[in-house]
Amino acid sequence: MYESPYRRPLITGDDTTYKKISDDIIIPVEAKPTQWWYMGFAISLAFLALYVWAIGYLLWNGVGSWGLNKTVDWGWDITNFVWWVGIGHAGTLISAVLLLFRQKWRTAVNRSAEAMTIFAVVCAGVYPLLHAGRPWVIYWALPLPNTYGNLWANFNSPLLWDVFAISTYLTVSVVFWYVGLLPDLASVRDRAEGMKKKIYGILSFGWNGSAKAWSRFEVISLILAGLATPLVLSVHTIVSMDFATSVIPGWHTTIFPPYFVAGAVFSGFAMVLTLLIVARKAMNLENYITLNHIDVMCKIIMVTGSIVGSAYITEFFIAWYSAVEYERYAFVNRMFGEYWWSYWAMMTCNVITPQLFWSQKLRRNITAVFIISIFVNIGMWFERFVIIVTSLHRDYLPSSWAMYSPTWVEISMYMGSMGLFFTLFFLFAKYVPVIAVAEVKSIMKTSAEKYMKITMEKEKAEESAQHSHESHHA
Amino acid sequence: MGAHAYHKPAAEMFQVSSRLKRTINVLLGVGILSIIISLILAYTGGSHEEAGHGGHHAVNFDKTRFWADILLSNWYFLGLTLGGSVFMALAYLTNAGWSIGIRRIPEAFSTYLPYAAAGFILIFVGAAEIYHWAHEGVTDPTSANYDAIIAEKSAYLNLPFMIGRFLAFFAGWFLMTRTIRMHSLAEDAEGGFFRHKRNKTMAGIFTTFFGVTWAMSSWDFMMSLDPHWFSTIYWVNQFAGMWVAAISTIMLFSILLKRAGYIQFVNTSHYHDLGKLMFAFSIFWTYTWLSQFLLYYYANIPEEAVYYFERWAGFKFLFWLNLILHFLFPLLMFMTRDAKRTESMIIPVATIILAAHFLDLYLCIMPGTVGQAEAGIYSWKFILEVGIFAFFAGLWLMVVTKSLSKINLIPTGSPYLKESVLHNT
Repeated sequence: MYESPYRRPLITGDDTTYKKISDDIIIPVEAKPTQWWYMGFAISLAFLALYVWAIGYLLWNGVGSWGLNKTVDWGWDITNFVWWVGIGHAGTLISAVLLLFRQKWRTAVNRSAEAMTIFAVVCAGVYPLLHAGRPWVIYWALPLPNTYGNLWANFNSPLLWDVFAISTYLTVSVVFWYVGLLPDLASVRDRAEGMKKKIYGILSFGWNGSAKAWSRFEVISLILAGLATPLVLSVHTIVSMDFATSVIPGWHTTIFPPYFVAGAVFSGFAMVLTLLIVARKAMNLENYITLNHIDVMCKIIMVTGSIVGSAYITEFFIAWYSAVEYERYAFVNRMFGEYWWSYWAMMTCNVITPQLFWSQKLRRNITAVFIISIFVNIGMWFERFVIIVTSLHRDYLPSSWAMYSPTWVEISMYMGSMGLFFTLFFLFAKYVPVIAVAEVKSIMKTSAEKYMKITMEKEKAEESAQHSHESHHA
Repeated sequence: MGAHAYHKPAAEMFQVSSRLKRTINVLLGVGILSIIISLILAYTGGSHEEAGHGGHHAVNFDKTRFWADILLSNWYFLGLTLGGSVFMALAYLTNAGWSIGIRRIPEAFSTYLPYAAAGFILIFVGAAEIYHWAHEGVTDPTSANYDAIIAEKSAYLNLPFMIGRFLAFFAGWFLMTRTIRMHSLAEDAEGGFFRHKRNKTMAGIFTTFFGVTWAMSSWDFMMSLDPHWFSTIYWVNQFAGMWVAAISTIMLFSILLKRAGYIQFVNTSHYHDLGKLMFAFSIFWTYTWLSQFLLYYYANIPEEAVYYFERWAGFKFLFWLNLILHFLFPLLMFMTRDAKRTESMIIPVATIILAAHFLDLYLCIMPGTVGQAEAGIYSWKFILEVGIFAFFAGLWLMVVTKSLSKINLIPTGSPYLKESVLHNT
């Protein structure tokens, strides 16, 4: 397919070759980790230890060690669950939807985004597991034949739909990620020796790089992309229905499904940016994860942030328009009630900061992008907190009104889940090529700076030849 | 991959064929006849007077139906027009290359906007016939017509504010789409990147403006037909419906133009891309439809569920038919890659989507205005309803094809035209 040389390059540098791409991306896997890696990994492990301790404490003492009460019976647990699920959205979006749309910039970021997805979904999954109270019988959530008579899971409950949606999503995401890894694991294998060669050989499922293997690889990628696309949408749709099917003002609103999906993509891309801005620097991958990639991702953040913002405003307007007293109160209470600070934190981080990305200068300023991406992560956490806690804490009965604040167990579990996330991410960055080597190579001829320059000169020469030809005839 | 033999397409001028002219004239003729008969029924038929709700005032349902039909057609073709504009704006914003060759089609759609404005001014004339909130005395506590819920909303739902909004929206849409089209046409002679960049900026402004104004227009003209009822996703669903209809129309125009001997570089890859969009957005329409239906059905709050009760009790067959035509049919027909590349598959799918969009709007408008007992679709009067629609279809086709015939059909100055001509996936 022809690509205009006037487009922005996706691989920078004047000396790009196939060999150089392999070297640049695979050498970090082969070399000894840097001191920075060890330090980051150690900090992550420390947080992971906190996580294990907090969960142990929780299991020993029960869910009563959280700060929940009979009015606010969902708090940080569900907030963090939704936050992590949301972050787990960008990966499959990048891989699947952008593959279907033939977006070439996807090649540099899909691998790490998908890995991030899987780790985030793992972090998310822990919350409902623990919130169920008795994690050892969690399999009761599945519709399994049982000895209790006609006892089935409640198919009417969106919480059960969630079990199906998230487990399917996790499965397909893992398969999609791993299939994409096969050619690169084989590349590592071919460059390695000894034990390492054996391990990567097993991991790469005997990939031999034949035309047949590539053809199957292409087909399965497309099929998985087709399957994953509706799954990306379904997961957060159903998460939103955990709230929206209820009759609680602030939860029960029809825009929730698409608005949750947009919010998830929004936070997912923010997390991808946070991670990649550090990774590209630490691993010297600036030629592959270029400013142009960051620019495009900022645009997606701006668009999804605007969608989220317009959903907030729609909700607010319709709450007034509905003329339903409870709806109106719920929204005024968000803004000016006891938890006003969380509402305004959410509005600032989610509605105002992404609008800064209208400016191309800011989209290409690494420091600014990094800071804004953190803001978005914070804002999306507050969004879930606002939805969950402010809607619950004012019940229909004023006698049931209550306040909620987390205990150290909840806070430790949240911090600890980041430890789990980063531990997994550090391991990933060490043992697997963080960029899809084979896919980046596939766009080299059309989208590397070096080759685009050649094409441009050729086209200019052709054009001037044509012009002189025409003027000659005239 | 620079080995392609690239021949830059030369400028082309489209001529409205006599066959097309005849079709348009037939549509307009049938339409005018239907409008005249409807008007006679509406404004002379005293025997059609019937007792309205609660006996407050007599309602002439022929009149209500007539105005409801005018609203339906106007909303339908405003959707296609703006859908085309959104298509051209998004193409700039996403740096799309493939669609440049067919850009003149959605650009031509936007020239219908002044006619759409005229149509909506007409609706204000008949507003009281279809909008309950525009009735005399609904906000006056001493009136027999007083409605406490509408009175609560009257700060937003009142004619002066609505007309003011409407004028601002149309002025914005008109100026912005005109600017985009103007730059695009000027680019033909100039080439280069200047106009392209200008349009990219304008496309960003237009898309933002469109998002806000489309949401408000959906509330104003459509959601307020059931003035007690509300739904936050309503405008998204309205957008999804018009958007998939607009893409289908662009697809049909591309195929028909190519068959008539123009834009010969358009190939199955272009169809495939448009087909993917049709496929994806008919699913998206269903997604927004389901979000609204499922959540209201599930929570079963009377104020919300009443909307579906009316549609379920009186229009059950159409309710399901809408889903089949709008969702199931495109889903199954367009599942494979080949289907999206084959004209004989595309034409029926695009046509069905356009018909389904009519049906969808019919179900949005009629239950809240004329109700089941008087809905045209259950009597011979449906012929008149289709006839009125035919008039607007004819008018829209006339305006759009006329604009197409006045300009170069191929954006020869676009810096990325080559990508569109050599598009091959």
